[in-house]
Amino acid sequence: MTSTETVTRAEYCAIACADIFAGAGEIMASPMSTMSQIGARLARLTTEPDLLITDGEALILADTPAVGAKGAIEGWMPFRKVFDVVASGRRHVVMGANQIDRYGNQNLSAFGPLQQPTRQMFGVRGAPGNTINHATSYWVGKHNKRVFCDKVDVVAGVGWDKVDPENPAYKYLNVYRVVTNLGVFDFGGPGHTFRALSLHPGVTADEVADNTSFEVADLADAGVTREPTAEELRIIREVLDPRNLRDREVAA
Amino acid sequence: MRDKRITLDDAVGQLRSGMTIGLGGWGSRRKPMAFVRAILRSDVKDLTVVTYGGPDLGLLCSAGKVKKAYYGFVSLDSAPFYDPWFSKARTEGAIVAREMDEGMVKCGLEAAAARLPFLPIRAGLGSDVQNFWGDELQTVTSPYPDASGKHETLIAMPALNLDVAFVHLNIGDAHGNAGYQGVDPYFDDLYCLAAEKRFVSVEKIVETEQLVKEVPLQQLILNRMMVDGVVEAPNGAHFTLAGESYGRDEKFQRHYAEAAKTPESWQAFVDRFLSGSEDDYQAAVEKFAEEQA
Repeated sequence: MTSTETVTRAEYCAIACADIFAGAGEIMASPMSTMSQIGARLARLTTEPDLLITDGEALILADTPAVGAKGAIEGWMPFRKVFDVVASGRRHVVMGANQIDRYGNQNLSAFGPLQQPTRQMFGVRGAPGNTINHATSYWVGKHNKRVFCDKVDVVAGVGWDKVDPENPAYKYLNVYRVVTNLGVFDFGGPGHTFRALSLHPGVTADEVADNTSFEVADLADAGVTREPTAEELRIIREVLDPRNLRDREVAA
Repeated sequence: MRDKRITLDDAVGQLRSGMTIGLGGWGSRRKPMAFVRAILRSDVKDLTVVTYGGPDLGLLCSAGKVKKAYYGFVSLDSAPFYDPWFSKARTEGAIVAREMDEGMVKCGLEAAAARLPFLPIRAGLGSDVQNFWGDELQTVTSPYPDASGKHETLIAMPALNLDVAFVHLNIGDAHGNAGYQGVDPYFDDLYCLAAEKRFVSVEKIVETEQLVKEVPLQQLILNRMMVDGVVEAPNGAHFTLAGESYGRDEKFQRHYAEAAKTPESWQAFVDRFLSGSEDDYQAAVEKFAEEQA
């Protein structure tokens, strides 16, 4: 038996990322970081066997190999077909974020003015299409006020306050969850605002408040992130991430 | 059948300042880099570039050749990820950015390919894409109501019509039939369908009979109606990856990104790699690889 006594912060993050996919069914899980990849694959090896996962390039994996490892394949998913999946809605993406505001607007494009930024990142990538079409969650390895800010510089990922209720084109927007090194959050606060669901063991409400620019709904009442099962710990440590890459994505 | 074989410089010789060009590939994957280097050797400028951007856009920015850019992202796909020359052009306000969702690039090329003025798409709604474009990007309302009687208003993605498309594929014949070898065609067929003049470089030119033997039918993404000029350019996607032909030259790409940091280091890079012919470039790259081994 694997001991549960020494569960690391990264391991709580991994199961929280797996829980993003609870009940997802037969859709494509598109995690964009090592941690969310461990989470998606953990979900697939436990409660969500029908998830589709890819190698991050163009192959759909039949196996659920360790992160970075090759495995048997079951299909083809080149980039142009990914856009068909996006439009179909049968996908849940977990993106990173340089900034997220209290309504879930997200930025990974650039800082500063649109036509003359102070710092250039990737551009909006697939964030506008992801957020308007299907479930979208975020993984943030270092929860701080620079990320969780009052106003994002560039809206790449669309937040809940942008929804026009008169226009059914917005009806699929579902900014679902945010997992950070400090806890698990969603947008179930008043008016679809950022809300604490659980804090990882050892994290205090003050720590979250001190590292978030805006007020976090339900922060005082948030419970503690659940314990991983022995089976989940075994899968994380022995199957999916034996090299412990997960620790590198979590701020100390 | 017409023999469409030409040289890199002849192809780029048909380019004029102010034109709108599409560059195939994706990020740092199967980019028409030999064509890009030929553009750097030419005196064309004020280009409008449509791309899933990588070091292609970076190199064009390094030479001040880009006036306006339409892109879904710009990425080197490996550390340091952000292209330094694109970053510099943006932070200096040197280019007009028509940034858009990745899916909007595909949609705009498909509209152009079908000679339509626009295609509706959900992606872009509610995001700053609309502010990047201003009046150049409009919405369109469906004439058909949904079940509740409401009408969806969607982004009306305008056709991304191109004057010239440059793409790089693994194998082709002298007439413009060409195929990719690897896991992904990217969008190179769409770039060709959206353009007036279409130039493809290939790793090797073979007889048609051999082409169709070497590549499964589904990978023959270009036919003769989609190509005006064919260039044989072995290693012509370097330093980006090229399917089954070769992987990315990560060491060289890092060197490119490092070299962009100071005027002195960039001048040294230009002197060594970008001041001669494509053959000179390939020889210098080979020498660089030997030194790094």
